Amino acid sequence: MAAKDELGLLGERLAERHLTRGGMELLDRNWRCSQGEIDLVLRDGDEIVFVEVKTRASVAFGHPLEAITPVKLARLRRLAGEWCAIRRAEGRAIGRIRIDAVGVVAPRHAPATVDHLAGVFR
Amino acid sequence: MSLGRAHSVALLGIDGAIVEIEADVSSNLPAFVIVGLPDAALGEARDRVRAACGNSGLALPARKLTVNLSPAALPKHGSAFDLGIAMAALAAEGVVSAESVAGAVHLGELGLDGRLRPVAGVLPAVAAAVRAGFGTVVVPTGSAAEAALVPGARVIACASLRDAAIHHGAELEPVPVEALPALASAEVAEPDPGDLADVIGNRDAVEALLVAAAGGHHLFLLGPPGAGKTMLATRLPSLLPTLDAEAALEVAAIRSLAGRGVPTADRARPPFEAPHHTASAAAIVGGGSGVIRPGAAVRAAHGVLFLDEAPEFSPVALDALRQPLESGVIRIARANATARFPARFQLVLAANPCPCGNAGSRDTECVCTPFARRRYLGRLSGPLLDRVDLQLRVARVTATQLKRAGDTGGLDSATARARVATARDRAAVRLAGTPWRTNAEVPGSWLRSRAGVAQRGATTALDRALERGVLTMRGYDRVLRVAWTLADLDDEPRPGPDQVGRALLLRRAAA
Repeated sequence: MAAKDELGLLGERLAERHLTRGGMELLDRNWRCSQGEIDLVLRDGDEIVFVEVKTRASVAFGHPLEAITPVKLARLRRLAGEWCAIRRAEGRAIGRIRIDAVGVVAPRHAPATVDHLAGVFR
Repeated sequence: MSLGRAHSVALLGIDGAIVEIEADVSSNLPAFVIVGLPDAALGEARDRVRAACGNSGLALPARKLTVNLSPAALPKHGSAFDLGIAMAALAAEGVVSAESVAGAVHLGELGLDGRLRPVAGVLPAVAAAVRAGFGTVVVPTGSAAEAALVPGARVIACASLRDAAIHHGAELEPVPVEALPALASAEVAEPDPGDLADVIGNRDAVEALLVAAAGGHHLFLLGPPGAGKTMLATRLPSLLPTLDAEAALEVAAIRSLAGRGVPTADRARPPFEAPHHTASAAAIVGGGSGVIRPGAAVRAAHGVLFLDEAPEFSPVALDALRQPLESGVIRIARANATARFPARFQLVLAANPCPCGNAGSRDTECVCTPFARRRYLGRLSGPLLDRVDLQLRVARVTATQLKRAGDTGGLDSATARARVATARDRAAVRLAGTPWRTNAEVPGSWLRSRAGVAQRGATTALDRALERGVLTMRGYDRVLRVAWTLADLDDEPRPGPDQVGRALLLRRAAA
C-alpha cells in the first residue's frame, strides 16, 4: 500500500473516531458506486451526514481543508443523492441530509489534529 | 471573537472618507472574499494579505474569511487597504487586540514578504482621518515623514505587518526588516530656477513680473523666439513669497496624491509646473478612469502654471482652465464619483506672435500670411485671455542692452521678493475683512466702490478709453486691479494717474 493511501486511511479512521465520539452514528464507510466514493456516512440526530475527509502530513502545502474544492463537494452531493436513492429503494426513510468536511493534519511524529466543519455545501 | 474591525481611508480627489473594514471568520471551507465595491487592485489584496500573513508568522485561519468595506456604495481603489484588511482579519482571529485595531486608521500596501509598501496619497488620507476624529494612524515607515506633517496625528510607523501586529498587542518576537523606501525619492532637488538678475534688458518685462508676483495677476508674454519669455516665466516662483503653513500642507498633499513624494525640507516654496504643449485636457486638469489623478493645474496650486507656446496647446486643454481660473477649484466628474482638487494657481502664458515667430520684430521679417498670423493667436480663446490681467510684448535683447547690462546689473530675486512681500502686506492690510488676499482676486464692484476708489482724476485716461470703446468694462476693472498693485509696489495709498497709465500699458501691450 502506498504511503499516501496509508495516510488517507489513517485520516479517515481518525475522522470517524472524532465524529462518533461526538455522538454521531456510523452508517457507512468508504461507500462506493460507479461515480465514486463517499468517505463516511453518519447519522447526526435526524440528519444523514456525508463526510469528505482530507488528510495531510503537514500544512507545508496548505491546510487539508483548502484542498476540498467546490468541484469535490458537488460530486459528493451527487453521490449523496445516489446513496439516498438506494436507501429509499430498500424502503427506508431519509430525513434531511448534510455535507460536512473534515481536515486531518497527521504529522509523522506528533499527535494528529482533526478539524471538522459542518454543513459546508451551500 | 469572530468579527474584526479596522479603519482606512478612501480618497476622492484631495478629500477622503473613512472606510470601515469588517472581517468575519465563519466555519466554512477556507476562502477569502472581499465585498464592497473593490477595484481590481483592491480585489488582489486577497492574495497579498494571505501571503503576507503566512510569511509574517501570522497564519490566517483555515476558515472562510469575509471582508466587507463599508460604506459599500463608495468606490474604493488601490492597495492602501491591505494593512487594514490584514489587521481586521487578525483581530477577528483574536491574534491582535480588536479594540486597538478598531481605534486606528491603517494605510499601506503589503508585500508578499510581509513588509509594508508606502502608497500614494498618505498625507491627504491622514488629514482626512484626523478630520474624522481618528488620531492614531498606522502607516508604512517610508510614509511616516509625510504623515507626521499633519497636525494632530499620532503616527505609528511600521516596517512590516509583524511590527503592526505587535503594536496592536500580538504576542510575537519582533523581527527587524529593512523598511521599504518612500515611492519617489522626495529629496531629488528641483532644478534651480535661476535668479532674476540673469535677465538682461527687458526692463518692462521684469517690472511686469514683479507686478504679477505682487498682485497675483495672470501673465501673458508675447514675443519672438529667443526674447527670453521662458527665462522670465521660470523666474516668477522665485519672486513669490513663501507659502503659509496651510498652503504648504495642501501643496504637499497634492504631491503625495500625485505619487511624487513629499520633500522634508523647503516645502514652503510655491510649485512651478510647465506641461508640454501636447498635453491633453486630462493631463492639465486631472482625470483617469479608475483613480482620478491630479493634473498639472492641480500640481501648480499655490504656485505657477506656465504654458509655453500657449497657442500650440489644444483648445480643449486651454479652455479646461477656465473653471479653475474662475473658482480656484477643479471638480472632475465621473460616472461614479466627483473629485475635488484645489487649483488656485497663477497662470503664465507665453506665445510667439505668429507661426514663424518674427511678426513685429524690427530686425527680421515675418513670412506668415496675415490670415495665418490671425489664426495663430486666435487659438487662445477670448474668455481665457479675458482672465489674464497682464499682457505684455517682450522684445529680443539688443546689443546695446547686453553691453549696458554688465555695468548696472538688474534686479535680483531676493530684492524683488522683498518688494513683492511689502506690496502684498499692504494689499493684505487693505483687504483685511474681505475674502480676498491679493489684488487679482478683487472683483470689479469693490474696485469701483468707495473703498476701492483711486485718486481724484487718476482714471481720466481710463474713462476716456471706455467712452471711446477701446476698453470694455471688464478690461476697465482689470486695469484698475493692476493699478492697485502698482500703487502697492510704489508705496502709494491709492493709485494715481501714473499707476493707471502704466497699468494701461501693461494690459494693452499685446493687443
